[in-house]
Amino acid sequence: MSTYAQKKGVGAVLWDYLTTVDHKKIAILYLIAGGFFFLVGGLEAMFIRIQLAVPGNDFVSAGVYNEILTMHGTTMIFLAAMPLIFAFMNAVMPLQIGARDVAFPFLNSLGFWLFFFGGVFLNLSWFLGGAPDAGWTSYASLSLASEGHGIDFYVLGLQISGAGTLIGGINFLVTIINMRAPGMTYMRMPLFTWTTFVTSALILFAFPPLTVALFLMLFDRLFGGNFFNPDMGGNTIIWEHLFWIFGHPEVYILVLPAFGIFSEIFAIFSRKRLFGYSSMVFATVLIGFLGFMVWAHHMFTTGLGPIANAIFSVATMAIAVPTGIKIFNWLFTMWGGSIKFTTPMLYAIAFIPTFTMGGVTGVMLASAAQDYQFHDSYFVVAHFHYVIVGGVVFALLGGLHLYWPKMFGTMLNEALGKITFWLFLIGFHLTFFIQHFLGLMGMPRRIFTFNSGQGFDMANMVSTVGAFFMAVATIVLLINIVMTIAKNEKVGGDPWGDGRTLEWALPSPPPFYNFKQLPLVRGLDAFWIEKMEGNKEMTPAEPIGDIHMPNNSFVPFVISLGLFIAAFGAMYHNEHSWGIPVLIIGMLVVFGSMFFRSVKDDHGYHIHKEELMDDDKGGKA
Amino acid sequence: MKADEKFTYETWPAAPEKQTLDGKNKFLGFWLFLGGETVLFATLFATYLALKDRVPNSDHYLAKDLFEIPLVFVMTMLLLTSSLTSVYAMYHMKNFNFKKMQLWLGITVLLGLAFLGFEVYEFNHYVHEYHHTFTSSAFGTAFYTLVGFHGAHVAFGLAWIITLMVRNAKRGLDLYTAPKFYVASLYWHFIDVVWVFIFTVVYLMGMVG
Repeated sequence: MSTYAQKKGVGAVLWDYLTTVDHKKIAILYLIAGGFFFLVGGLEAMFIRIQLAVPGNDFVSAGVYNEILTMHGTTMIFLAAMPLIFAFMNAVMPLQIGARDVAFPFLNSLGFWLFFFGGVFLNLSWFLGGAPDAGWTSYASLSLASEGHGIDFYVLGLQISGAGTLIGGINFLVTIINMRAPGMTYMRMPLFTWTTFVTSALILFAFPPLTVALFLMLFDRLFGGNFFNPDMGGNTIIWEHLFWIFGHPEVYILVLPAFGIFSEIFAIFSRKRLFGYSSMVFATVLIGFLGFMVWAHHMFTTGLGPIANAIFSVATMAIAVPTGIKIFNWLFTMWGGSIKFTTPMLYAIAFIPTFTMGGVTGVMLASAAQDYQFHDSYFVVAHFHYVIVGGVVFALLGGLHLYWPKMFGTMLNEALGKITFWLFLIGFHLTFFIQHFLGLMGMPRRIFTFNSGQGFDMANMVSTVGAFFMAVATIVLLINIVMTIAKNEKVGGDPWGDGRTLEWALPSPPPFYNFKQLPLVRGLDAFWIEKMEGNKEMTPAEPIGDIHMPNNSFVPFVISLGLFIAAFGAMYHNEHSWGIPVLIIGMLVVFGSMFFRSVKDDHGYHIHKEELMDDDKGGKA
Repeated sequence: MKADEKFTYETWPAAPEKQTLDGKNKFLGFWLFLGGETVLFATLFATYLALKDRVPNSDHYLAKDLFEIPLVFVMTMLLLTSSLTSVYAMYHMKNFNFKKMQLWLGITVLLGLAFLGFEVYEFNHYVHEYHHTFTSSAFGTAFYTLVGFHGAHVAFGLAWIITLMVRNAKRGLDLYTAPKFYVASLYWHFIDVVWVFIFTVVYLMGMVG
């Protein structure tokens, strides 16, 4: 008999999620944790806009404003956008390539718990003496001058969660290379899988520089190092380089999976094969490659000299070419298609003009001479919100509606979904479009207030009103989610009716072993091909046989907890004598549990052929 | 094919580390991890080069005053030889000769320990003879961070190989243990390659000023 159909108590469910190694459950964990941090970051954004609504406001003090601003950026990038993207990668990618799980289920779980404890650690700073206040870029000269432990929370929290991201990246790469179903060649992989693949490669090569940069900062702040201290021979520009060698690829780490989600949405709801599939793959890889060549465009005003500025300027502009290829391919996918205006499709359609505007300002900023004018003004703020909200957040919201049925087996309400979409779209443009002009008029970014009489008053008020639209949109989304969960109306495997790729050939949610028999992939859009030939499901590539599954494990949670404890020890060792012992205890927990994992065999278990056959007779969905 | 199947010399496959899906995943995943590690060390090297000989005032010793070739040469030879002995160990692993593999891994560990001993002596020497410490200058911080990161990798590698040897002493080789030994030896080679660069960039280039 199968155990997963039994009713379980709350404690058992909680324990199941704490120890799970199933990529679909880890996806739900990422979704919940990332969603929570998204709300926290959004609340911080609201505080920023309330403070700036009117000139000379004293809603928050200058110091607290710096903390809110820093935490808004850091939370949104590292604790909201990245994990939400990981949620969809985990939920969908293994299904899209016809795999029963990821390559390293244990490491998948470890990656999540590292991210989670890192995020919690970072946010505990609010209750333990103040949050980091040097901006999300945390430039060294500011960071070293920052008092209290805010920056230490930033450094240690990001170090822990960054390790989790790196592990996740390696895991996805190996999964895609080694675990594709029979017939799933590289050039038959869905675009979301391709973007996951390229993004994971970017993570693999971009996160180590961040790791090193954070170590250097850690040594300087807590262990008497001198990397960034000019009096001792140090150089603060090193931080800027290392941060942006990580930071620019990070932008593509965020936006490529967003492109992938949109590519799926356009094809599904235009009911047409994605236009220019191979050029889309090529553009994705090219963007990934060029993403590493352009970091110094964040440092035009640092003083690297005209030759460096010119090279990075041209390299940056070159990225507009593959991005343009993508934009045209999406337009041509819709061209002549039989379009259905569902909620995900609305986000996708709105994404094209929004992101293109962000791209155009990007090319403006790429010109070094112009950048001297725009630098550190609201023009930059407007630009990166157009690409990150217009690209990444739209994709996450569209993807949430698209993949919700696959993750939970129910459909989000379409009417409420469209209300969320329109409120969010209007609110977004109201907030950020006008910030271009604020920037051009000379309003600097990262200031906690401004004087009246400079022509900034009206525009700032408009911007704040827009932010409230987005807040209301988010509340409607939450209501939608609660209502959907309460109603619990189950849907079938292909609820949109036009699914093209393998995940839609499975029940919603899929069984824990995903595929009873690995599917035979006969071309791009494998499920669509079967449908066009009148088949209800995929042609199997193997007879029914025993399936090997990994065991659950509590070790990932313990390893992450150990690092969490060690981080407190490291942070307080200068003022408290218990610091070093706590650091050592934490690391002992880490290495002890790694040792335990290493010496104790865990071969997993098998689901037997007979049980799989029984499931069939039971008439399960 | 079951991971715990028993083998003989005749039935042992040519590439036992890649025979199971788990093994294949481990093999590829570890290579990718080493790619990330390469970037990590590249970043540390770049930082070191930017801060080499950057000291607050002329009382501090510079690279050309500190380093002595005989000591570093011995360390290099120890680590290079340990890489060779780990190759011998993998040779015997592929030939299903568990005892000889353990023997060569044991020799690898001894060489690694000797290397670490010399490194401790070296750091101690710089601190006490030259007052070249982690906190004395940006040069000091960068030097101890780069070389120290490598040293920590050596220590971790030793702990890893010893754990594998002890854990599998009675069990011997099968398709479950072979990838573990293989991946550990890859790690050991990587550490060795990094040292070749440290020897060149830090010590040799340091000597010439």
